[in-house]
Amino acid sequence: MEENRRKFLKVAGASAVGLSVAPVMKAHAIGEYFMPASQTGKHENALIGKHWAMVIDISKLTEDINEKITEACHSAHNVPELENKKHEIKWIWEEHFEHAFTDQRNSYIPDSAKHSPVLVLCNHCVNPPCVKACPTKATFKRDDGIVLMDFHRCIGCRFCMAACPYGSRSFNLEDPRNGLEDRKPKNPQFPTRMKGVVEKCNFCAERLAVGQMPLCAEVSEGAIVFGDLEDPESEVRSILAKSFTIRRKPALGTEPSVYYIVGGGDHA
Amino acid sequence: MLENAIKGTKNYWLLLMVLAGIAGVGFLVYLNQFSYGLGITGLSRDVTWGFYIAQFTFLVGVAAGGVMLVLPYYLHDYKAFGRITILGEFLAVGAIIMCLLFIVADMGQPIRAMNVIMNATPYSMLFWDFIVLNTYLVLNIVIGWKLLEAERNYVKPPAWVKLLIYFSIPCAFGIHTVTAYLYCGLPGRHFWLTAVLAPRFLASAFAAGPSFLIILCFIVRKFTKFDPGTKAMQTLMKIITYALIANVFFFACELFTAFYSGIPSHIDHIKYLFVGHEGHGVLVPWMWASMILMGLSICLLVVPSIRNDERMMPVLCVMVFIGTWIDKGMGMMAGGFVPNPMHHYNEYVPTLKEIAITLGVWATGFIVLTILYKIAVSIKEEVRA
Repeated sequence: MEENRRKFLKVAGASAVGLSVAPVMKAHAIGEYFMPASQTGKHENALIGKHWAMVIDISKLTEDINEKITEACHSAHNVPELENKKHEIKWIWEEHFEHAFTDQRNSYIPDSAKHSPVLVLCNHCVNPPCVKACPTKATFKRDDGIVLMDFHRCIGCRFCMAACPYGSRSFNLEDPRNGLEDRKPKNPQFPTRMKGVVEKCNFCAERLAVGQMPLCAEVSEGAIVFGDLEDPESEVRSILAKSFTIRRKPALGTEPSVYYIVGGGDHA
Repeated sequence: MLENAIKGTKNYWLLLMVLAGIAGVGFLVYLNQFSYGLGITGLSRDVTWGFYIAQFTFLVGVAAGGVMLVLPYYLHDYKAFGRITILGEFLAVGAIIMCLLFIVADMGQPIRAMNVIMNATPYSMLFWDFIVLNTYLVLNIVIGWKLLEAERNYVKPPAWVKLLIYFSIPCAFGIHTVTAYLYCGLPGRHFWLTAVLAPRFLASAFAAGPSFLIILCFIVRKFTKFDPGTKAMQTLMKIITYALIANVFFFACELFTAFYSGIPSHIDHIKYLFVGHEGHGVLVPWMWASMILMGLSICLLVVPSIRNDERMMPVLCVMVFIGTWIDKGMGMMAGGFVPNPMHHYNEYVPTLKEIAITLGVWATGFIVLTILYKIAVSIKEEVRA
C-alpha cells in the first residue's frame, strides 16, 4: 500500500508540474471538491485516478476496527451524533453480513460469518440510481467515478434516498450542528451541512485533492485498500485479480465500486 | 365572473372561515417545521417519504380522475356529462394545488424549489412530474374559465379551447403515469418495481376521483339550485365500479407475481403490510380496512339497483375514497420503505404536527375548490334562471 501511494504521489507531482497553471499552494481542499484532481491541478500532491474504487477485507474487520474507522470518518466530516435515532446521519457504518449482503441467503453459513461485522458506505456506483433520480444534479458523478453531493444545490426532496438500493444516504431532519459538540465542527477544514439536505460518503474527495488517501483506508490497519480501478498496476487491481471478491446487490446493475473479500486473502 | 366569489350566503362564508382557520393552524405548524426541519415529522433515515408524499400521490389521482367526465363528453359526445365537466376541471385545479403544496411541505429546502427549473434535469422523473403537473394545472384553469365564460355569455367557447381540452385528456393520464414512474423506476425498491404500478395508479385514480366528484355533486345539489343530474352520477358510479375492480385486479396480479415466484424481496414488503413482521405492523389494521372497504364496495357496486340508488351513492363513494386513500397513500409509502435496503424493519407513524400540516394543505385545497365551485354554480344558476 505504501508503495502504491508513493507511486500516486509521483504521478500526481509530475502532472502538477506539467500544468502551467499558477500553483495555488494554499489551495483549500474544498475549493477543488467538485472537479477531479486531474482537472484542477491546483495541488501538487493531488491524487489522480480514472475510477476510484475500494476493496474491503471482511476477515480483517472487527467491531473495534469498525468503530475506529467510523469514528475517524465521522469526526473528519463533522457527521453529527444526534439524540433522536430516527434523525441519524451515517457515512460509513457496521452491518452484520446478512444485512450487508441481503441476497446472500444461506441458513448454514457459520454464525460467526452470518454476524460478522461488515462496513458499508456509499458504493460510488458506475451507474448510480441516485444521480439519475436527482432533479437538480445536486448529486452527480465525477469523471473519476466519485459520486458527490452539492449541499448548496440540494432541495431536500430525498428522491436519491428512495433510489439508492444500499441505504447509503442520510437526510438532515434537523440542524446537524445540534449533534456537534458546542455546535462547532470538529474539523474546521470540512463544511458542516444545513438542515434539509442529503449527505453521504464522498470517498474523501477533499483528501484526495491534497494527496491523502481516504481516511477509512488510512486507519483501517490494512482492512481497506483504495486505488484506481483503471490502473492495471494498482493495488486494488492486484487484489481483485488474486482474491475472490463480491459486491452488494450486483444483480441491480449499479456496478458498485466497493468490493468485499470474503473469507480472507493473502494480499498485503 | 370573479364577483361571484365574493357574494355568497352566510353558509358560504362560514365554510370559508372554518377552512381558513384549519389552513391557518396548518401554516403555523408549518412555520415550526420550516425553522426546525422535517424532524418534527415521523420520517426517518429509513422511511424518507411519508404522509405528505402519500397525499400527493393520492391527489394526483384525484386530479386525473376528472378526465372521466371530460373524455366521455368530448370524445364520445356523452351529453349527460355536459353540464358537470366544469366540476371535474375545477376539481383537478384544487387537487393539483394541494399536490404542489404537499411537495413544498415535503422539501427539506423549499426556498430552493426553483432549482428544479434552473438546473433542469431531463433524466429525473421528478423534473417531468413538475412539468406535467403544472401544465395540467394551467390547462384546467384556462379551460374551466373559458367554458364558464362562454356559458355565461350564451356563446360557444372559442375553438382553441376545444384543442386544449383534447390535449388535456392525455395530460390527465400523463400526470399519473409520471407520478407512478417516480416509484417504479427505482432499483432495489421491489414493492414499487413493477410495470403494473402506473396502470394500477390510474385505476385507483379513476375510482377515487369520480367518488370524490359524486360527493361534491351531492353537496352542490343540497346547498344550491344547481342539479348535476342523476343520470350523470349513475354513469359515474358505473365508471367507479369498473375502475375499482381494475385496481383490485392489478393488486391481485401483484400478489400472484410476488407469491408464486416466491422471491423474498418482493414478498417481504407485502407481508409487512398485511401481517406485520416480528412485532412491527402498525399498518396491518389499516391495510385490511382498505381491502375490506374496497372488496365490500365492489360487491355492492356491481348490483345496479344498489349503485344507482341515490341514498347509497354517497356511502359507497366514501367507502371507495377511504379504501383507495389507505391503499395508495399510506400503504404505498410505508410498503416501499419497510423493510429498508439492509432488511431492517423501521416503521413510520406520522406525528400530530405532520397531520396538522396535512390538514392545513387539504383545507387550502378546499378553499380553492369552494371558491371555484361557487363561481361555477352561481353562473349555472344564473344561466338556468
